[in-house]
Amino acid sequence: MIVAVASGKGGTGKTTVATSLALVLETRSQILDCDVEEPNCHILLKPTILATDTVNLPVPSVDLEKCTLCGKCGEVCQFSAIVPIGKTVIAFPELCHGCGACSMLCPEEAIHEVPRSLGVVETGMAGSVEFVQGRIRIGEAMAPPLIRAVKTRIDSDKLAILDAPPGASCPVITTVKGADFVIMVTEPTPFGLNDLVIAVEAIQGLGIPMGVVINRSDIGDSAVKDFCHNKGLPLLMEVPHHRKIAEGYAKGAPLIESMPEYAHKFRKLTDDISMIIGTPSKGSSL
Amino acid sequence: MKIAVTSTGKAVESAIDPRFGRAPFILIVDDDCNLIEAIDNSTNVNAFRGAGIQAAKTIADRKVDMLLTGRCGPNAFTALGAAGIKVGIEQSGTIREAIERVKKNEVSFADKPNAEAHW
Ligand code: SF4
Ligand code: SF4
Repeated sequence: MIVAVASGKGGTGKTTVATSLALVLETRSQILDCDVEEPNCHILLKPTILATDTVNLPVPSVDLEKCTLCGKCGEVCQFSAIVPIGKTVIAFPELCHGCGACSMLCPEEAIHEVPRSLGVVETGMAGSVEFVQGRIRIGEAMAPPLIRAVKTRIDSDKLAILDAPPGASCPVITTVKGADFVIMVTEPTPFGLNDLVIAVEAIQGLGIPMGVVINRSDIGDSAVKDFCHNKGLPLLMEVPHHRKIAEGYAKGAPLIESMPEYAHKFRKLTDDISMIIGTPSKGSSL
Repeated sequence: MKIAVTSTGKAVESAIDPRFGRAPFILIVDDDCNLIEAIDNSTNVNAFRGAGIQAAKTIADRKVDMLLTGRCGPNAFTALGAAGIKVGIEQSGTIREAIERVKKNEVSFADKPNAEAHW
């Protein structure tokens, strides 16, 4: 089972939920940090990294000696990443998505692909939890191919927990695509609601079942609950604001360490999700 | 000489649109400001990305020598450079006024982009 943990904005407690889920399931879980711009599960989980793999994107390089300026490469590229212009062809590697269409279609075989580094995928262990994270190269903007590289490490025999980037943009969609369930983490404030609405709208087009966890549930108002009710989104869990949680977080300690009584709530959460999507739980009932 | 100017409308009396990739029209005129072609740039305006690059290709395909616009981002600037098109920036007023400034040598040509890339 693949469960993505997402949130409309940063700082809602998304990583807290993702890491707590992973920790209560121990060897049965795998956590994959897909927030490649700012991976932060490692801060709470303190994994030992065992392998680091560079992720490259194949981008075009044009041999102008062979090129006849036929224009085919520019027509096929949806991203304006290769453009025959004037008496030359220019490539914009930072716009290229590495689809390979231009080199395949070039009638003169004038295009070959060269690797462009996007970042790394690191794998290791955090206690008994298998740990995977993507880390984008500084200054790089092409996150989706790196996120896909992280997702190739998914072990379908485990509960794979994907920590999605915050927001509702392309990297979020790339992360949650193919997941069996999406947990949306939010706060019961007008800001939380606003960003939740946007993220839910973006994700619901994929047809993946969703549920909501409300963090700091005792602050703010009932608008988030009303929204969930109207949308038919199950309210999975509420985590009230608690000094012990905040203190633990400040020290980089996972929630279930600072509040051990939450362990059974998170086990129940995986059971509830299994019920919703109708697959046998890999959680507490195993 | 063929000159391309980013425009809000189809006539040489229209106001210049300062955005290169996302201007509604690109007018091609000669040195005396006779209109050669008014290019409807609206498909480009709605382009997801690379609007500046595509606009550069559009005018390069028409063998334009000079572009007059407000701002030009790095990718468009590279593309225009590859096509040998000079880029006159920070232009405002009408198309006709800009062409007058070219005649009087009052246009400053960019040697680097003066806008951020659009992601
Ligand atoms: S498809 Fe090949 S031959 Fe045609 S313009 Fe592109 S690089 Fe040149
Ligand atoms: S590989 Fe795909 S995205 Fe990259 S330049 Fe070629 S056609 Fe465009």
